[in-house]
Amino acid sequence: MTSKHPDLQKWEETVLAKTIQKFPERCENFHTVGGLELPRIGLPKVLDQEYLEKLGLPGMYPFTRGVQPTMYRSRLWTMRQYAGFSTAEETNKRYRYLLDQGQTGLSVAFDLPTQIGYDSDHSMSRGEVGKVGVAIDSLADMEKLFDQIPLDKVSTSMTINSPAAVLLAMYVALAEKQGVDPQQVKGTIQNDVLKEYVARGTFIFPPRPSLRLVTNIFEWCSENTPSFNTISISGYHIREAGSTAVQEVAFTLANGCEYVRAALEAGLDIDVFGKRLSFFFNATTDIMEEVAKFRAARRMWAKIMRDHFQAQNERSWMLRFHTQTAGHTLSGKQIDNNVVRVTLQALAAVLGGTQSLHTNSKDEALTLPTEDSVRTALRTQQVIAHESGVANSIDVLGGSYLLEDLTDRIEQESWALMQKIDDFGGVIPAIEQGFIKRQIEDSAYEYQNKIDSKERIVVGENEFQSEEEMKVPLLRIDPEIEKTQVKTVQDVRQNRDNQKVESVLNQLEQAGQTDANLMPYIVEAVKEYATIGEICQVLRNVFGEHKEISS
Amino acid sequence: MSQKKYRILIGKPGLDGHDRGAKCIARALRDAGFEVIYTGIRRTPEEIAAAAVQEDVDAVGLSSLSGAHLVLFPEIVENLRKQGAEDIPVIGGGIIPEEDLPTLNEQGVSKVFTPGTTMQEIINTFTEICEKGAHA
Amino acid sequence: MHNIDQIVQGIHQEKSRSIARAISIVEDADAGADDLLDSLDTARIENTMVVGITGAPGAGKSTLTNCLVEHCRNLGKRVGVVAIDPSSPISGGAIHGDRIRMMQHAMDQDVVVRSMATRGRLGGLCASAGAAVRVMAAGGCDPVFIETVGVGQSEMDIIQSSDITALVSAPGLGDDIQALKAGLLEVADIMVVNKADCPGADLLSMELEEVAHEKGRRVFRTVAAKKEGIEDLFTYMRELFDTHRESGESARRRKLARQREIVDWSIEMLRPYIGEMCKSRGDDLSMDPKICAHEITKSLLQGHGNRE
Repeated sequence: MTSKHPDLQKWEETVLAKTIQKFPERCENFHTVGGLELPRIGLPKVLDQEYLEKLGLPGMYPFTRGVQPTMYRSRLWTMRQYAGFSTAEETNKRYRYLLDQGQTGLSVAFDLPTQIGYDSDHSMSRGEVGKVGVAIDSLADMEKLFDQIPLDKVSTSMTINSPAAVLLAMYVALAEKQGVDPQQVKGTIQNDVLKEYVARGTFIFPPRPSLRLVTNIFEWCSENTPSFNTISISGYHIREAGSTAVQEVAFTLANGCEYVRAALEAGLDIDVFGKRLSFFFNATTDIMEEVAKFRAARRMWAKIMRDHFQAQNERSWMLRFHTQTAGHTLSGKQIDNNVVRVTLQALAAVLGGTQSLHTNSKDEALTLPTEDSVRTALRTQQVIAHESGVANSIDVLGGSYLLEDLTDRIEQESWALMQKIDDFGGVIPAIEQGFIKRQIEDSAYEYQNKIDSKERIVVGENEFQSEEEMKVPLLRIDPEIEKTQVKTVQDVRQNRDNQKVESVLNQLEQAGQTDANLMPYIVEAVKEYATIGEICQVLRNVFGEHKEISS
Repeated sequence: MSQKKYRILIGKPGLDGHDRGAKCIARALRDAGFEVIYTGIRRTPEEIAAAAVQEDVDAVGLSSLSGAHLVLFPEIVENLRKQGAEDIPVIGGGIIPEEDLPTLNEQGVSKVFTPGTTMQEIINTFTEICEKGAHA
Repeated sequence: MHNIDQIVQGIHQEKSRSIARAISIVEDADAGADDLLDSLDTARIENTMVVGITGAPGAGKSTLTNCLVEHCRNLGKRVGVVAIDPSSPISGGAIHGDRIRMMQHAMDQDVVVRSMATRGRLGGLCASAGAAVRVMAAGGCDPVFIETVGVGQSEMDIIQSSDITALVSAPGLGDDIQALKAGLLEVADIMVVNKADCPGADLLSMELEEVAHEKGRRVFRTVAAKKEGIEDLFTYMRELFDTHRESGESARRRKLARQREIVDWSIEMLRPYIGEMCKSRGDDLSMDPKICAHEITKSLLQGHGNRE
């Protein structure tokens, strides 16, 4: 009988034991359907130096095989479906439906005016109100959104970036109104403004002042909402914009480095904010590349945080991430095929060790998803979790020759690309000079050409087509909603104490001219029912507006 | 006599910032010999129409993924008309349900591309529409 | 068909659509183009300052041009911009991406912008761009900026057709100042170091000052992104233009430019005939191309291949 490697022994006695105490595994033992016992993790017969350095054990540096020692054996990933449309009331209903169906976390999608800091009655908001998410103009809308949902019982992820400070302030103000201690509040704000300039386009202010807001949030949250994740450094949108897997990793981690640098410059303690950083990746259909990508990213971030930034706390080295299946792979033809795609993508994310997962609905290439298709998307995750067995052992593909080779290569190429960004002088110059956007656009164009030339097959689209006339029940946003929302925000403006609002907005403006942390001022403002448009206008006055860069 | 070069203006009205599709189409059109004036994201209908008139384009291509097309595309058609440029055809694309096509056509949008349209189809459509305009 | 009279009237009334249509007609050499050009208000054209802005990609030319446009608007001027981008040598198409920066003026009737592609013309670019500038000038624009990358010979010609030329560089572009810009350094009236707040700006300014000093020219520092240095730059442009007008330099340049443009138009007009003659002669592979050309040219000059 082979004796246990000392590192493995140590791992079991310390890291593993501690975790099992806090988060016991779901079963005493796990078995395959056929009755074979599943080890906690598949290991080579000999743990040589290379294995320990490159792969290691889950929950230990470099975290290649997972950030927790027991991963899904203790707790499954959070099943978090992104939702939100039209009014706060409708969204609230959909949330309560999802919570009933077994979803464990809420995710809020905001409409474009909200994301860009415009009130629903602003001229730029015409035609956009409530379309891609819920319209939130003031605290009043937030109250409707979470009606009958106690904020100490849920974890809420808010997909909001440039005006994240405002939405966060509203969430916390609401918690206080519900009698919930902000220290208990759990969730995430995306708050990743750097990717907006290159992939998503909902920027408001220029990069540097935006970073100031980001670090203000880090600081304020570490004191007031320590259980809240203050940023979701995103690769999802970069991938959606057409990047390759390597670019997704490189640009995301480069952005992550920039946030860490900004926070350090602002005097924050890396071991305090470091553990609250989280990431958000895409899961496309090429399974092996995706699994390798997630593992490479984890290994790289661990090295970055420990070796480059010299964070001391182990928890700062861990790359925790949410995944969403790839929107851009959804087809408008033979939409049932999308269920298959999403399943493979979700599987890749789980095999890659994601902490939480959103699965797209099959009709999302055409419209906002119906209740039925959303349920199927959720069930997809549940089938993987409970019927496929992959959640019952850790990093099940680890050790595959192909996987380890891909993991290594993605890591190497990502480092090289990050070096190119450094050569520009960092992420902000690379953004300002259009380098990152051009890289993404080049990949997008190449991908499109491969599809047009059939070098890459998309089933049902450029091959295996059918003459279908299937009608998809569309979910229509009632145009009346815009009118209602406009009236709502105008009523709010009428019924509040406008003197107080003017006063808090002035204070915010003045604070903006100094180095002060702006969060307390924003919180005061939202409590007086200042609107998101009004608050962002003040910030626009102070910081200026970012203009799109041609690339 | 060298081939006539057609000028196309491509823009994104409204707040949607996803420009992957618009930029891919811009490149594809360039590779097919068109001159493309790319006006970027977050444009108002008035701005797009004004630029189209100034550049005397042969067609305008609009992209919208946020569902605001029923409001914004017809506004651009209307703005072109107000500036005496109703002869500039407007073509739209993005996340647009089939059901909205008749309404958009009625409101003066010459053609709408739905998701899944190939680049070649798009190029052919632009070519056809520009050639028709040239002989008008 | 185009109603030339209406369009010319529209140009002089400073109507967007008319100016735009006119430039297209001239660029495409449509019927009526000649009449159109002939009918333009020459007084206006004579008095308009034409400024050429060139430099390598990444120097911030578009941002700088945009700042100059803003500044001119603040001075109450009506401004024209011709933005030239290279056509793809393979497909013949082009993408004019810099228009994005100009979009803030889209609603301003007094900023007239036209994007133009080089269209692989050896000469024709001068012709069309020159004509576009004249249309804008006749349409009340003063000054008119021509913005180009300045890499090819045709673009050099464009720049030389301006009254005042500014060469824009920026630190960190990795160019060897001697190698890349030799031709342009000769031609530029003003050298601009943009992104002057970046490291390397001092060194670059010094290098340019040496060259500038030899030719009695000046170097300006700007930070276009922060709108710094713009007022001084534009003031100098105007002063220099006035100086050139008084000294006769302006007239000399315009004469040269006019000659260049005439040559370019002529070549453009001859080109199809040459092409046809080549085709009709067939291809005798044994004859040296230059000798073929001799024969064709002789034929054309003697009036063979007459067309109207």
